[in-house]
Amino acid sequence: MSQRDDLSDASRLTSSFTDFLKSQRPDLLPQMGPGTIETMEATTILALRFDDGVVMAGDRRATEGFSIAHREIEKVFPTDSFSAVAIAGAAGPAMEMVRLFQTELEYYEKVEGEALSLAGKANHLGQLIRANLPAAMQGFVVLPLFAGYDTRRNVGRIYRYDVTGGISEETDFHSVGSGGRDAKNSLKKLYVRPEEISLARAVEMAVEALADAAEEDAATAGPDPVHGIYPTVYVIDREGVRPTEPAEVERVATEVLERRTQASRFGGSR
Amino acid sequence: MSMASPFMYASPEQVMKDRADYARRNIARGKPIVALEYADGVLLLAENPSAMLHKLSEIYDRIAFAGVGKYDEYERLRITGIRQADLKGYAYSREDVTARSLANLYSQVLGQIFTDSLKPFEVEILIAGVGEEDGDRAELYHVTFDGFMTDEQKFAALGGQAEELKQFLGEHYKETPDLLGAISLGVEALRSAGNGDLATEQVEGAVLDRKLPRRKFRRLDTSEIQAALA
Repeated sequence: MSQRDDLSDASRLTSSFTDFLKSQRPDLLPQMGPGTIETMEATTILALRFDDGVVMAGDRRATEGFSIAHREIEKVFPTDSFSAVAIAGAAGPAMEMVRLFQTELEYYEKVEGEALSLAGKANHLGQLIRANLPAAMQGFVVLPLFAGYDTRRNVGRIYRYDVTGGISEETDFHSVGSGGRDAKNSLKKLYVRPEEISLARAVEMAVEALADAAEEDAATAGPDPVHGIYPTVYVIDREGVRPTEPAEVERVATEVLERRTQASRFGGSR
Repeated sequence: MSMASPFMYASPEQVMKDRADYARRNIARGKPIVALEYADGVLLLAENPSAMLHKLSEIYDRIAFAGVGKYDEYERLRITGIRQADLKGYAYSREDVTARSLANLYSQVLGQIFTDSLKPFEVEILIAGVGEEDGDRAELYHVTFDGFMTDEQKFAALGGQAEELKQFLGEHYKETPDLLGAISLGVEALRSAGNGDLATEQVEGAVLDRKLPRRKFRRLDTSEIQAALA
């Protein structure tokens, strides 16, 4: 009986939920069999720093081959009070990874009585991505972006990963996914120093970059006034992590679309 | 005579009684904890000279843990509870993790340790739970060192002077108080039962507050406790 083992052997009481699952319920850990199949892919996500934190956003489309698998998928998830993760790549494994990551962070916080450092959280996510490598070799690549507010240094930080779990910190902004290159190019043109970017401006830039990506990448959805579907936008600052109100995102997205309508009417670029 | 004599005999009654006396004696030496249902949930107050080593803690969204007795033992129980709760929430759904099922698990584990082990755990624990809706009754499960479990109503007390505390609360707990009222009643109870000049710095406080979004557990600052007593 697992509870008895825990109680009679104090050395088993680690602060890692993943280690606990490995020893007690390995069947619950994400795992893959041989072969490949086509699954749902989450597409474009981005994160950018502003003067007091990080804005993280994602479009709402998921694809399966050439079909649209989901029109309203959420790709940004708060992982604890001061961090969030955005997912691109194989949606199923990615969401499972996020759930394990969320549980892990809260478990650590409860057992230890204080939260992991932001770098500690980022490194742990790297380990989860590394553990997914066998699945990634079969095509189930998961590429998240991780962002949080470093409460010990009072600064927002963004971490990106490669498929092996290799981690690097971005100073300004980054975007991943099928439309990631386009969104990143868009941000590159809009971006100035983070100290000069207000929260409102950062939200505008995020929506603008996703709209640019949607114009170039078939797997990324632009703002959709017909169905009332707009990007997911989260803010992480000294107050913690919170979603931007959908009405506010809609307002910003409508402005972006109107500017584009005007520009194209007067012979602007398409 | 050689050691490990095969003729040493003690009746099961005697063995159990000795174990129970041993545990009870050591628990009674510990400082007490009270729990009170208040308007928005459950208040937990512990007499605790340490600001760093907690006796009250969060297990899951709507579940808190309070333990008195031997620190390493209730700490082990606490971590085991967090594990089982997180495991269940991860394998099924967050709403499937309930205070009652966790208290049952503790009762089983403590009962088994009491019968099987040479030494029982010298602890007494309280599992508190709140519902999601206003008007949901708070749950208070009191589990003792031998696995005996009771479902307490409105208030509970454990550790040293538990009987005096229960009597005091029985006389003074009238209608469900608000948070400030509950804090002042709880501190008054702790003071009346033993330590008359208990300083507010030595009171550890926490609540399960139904009004909080997902994680209902929140620690109280000393200033909040002082404000309630002013």
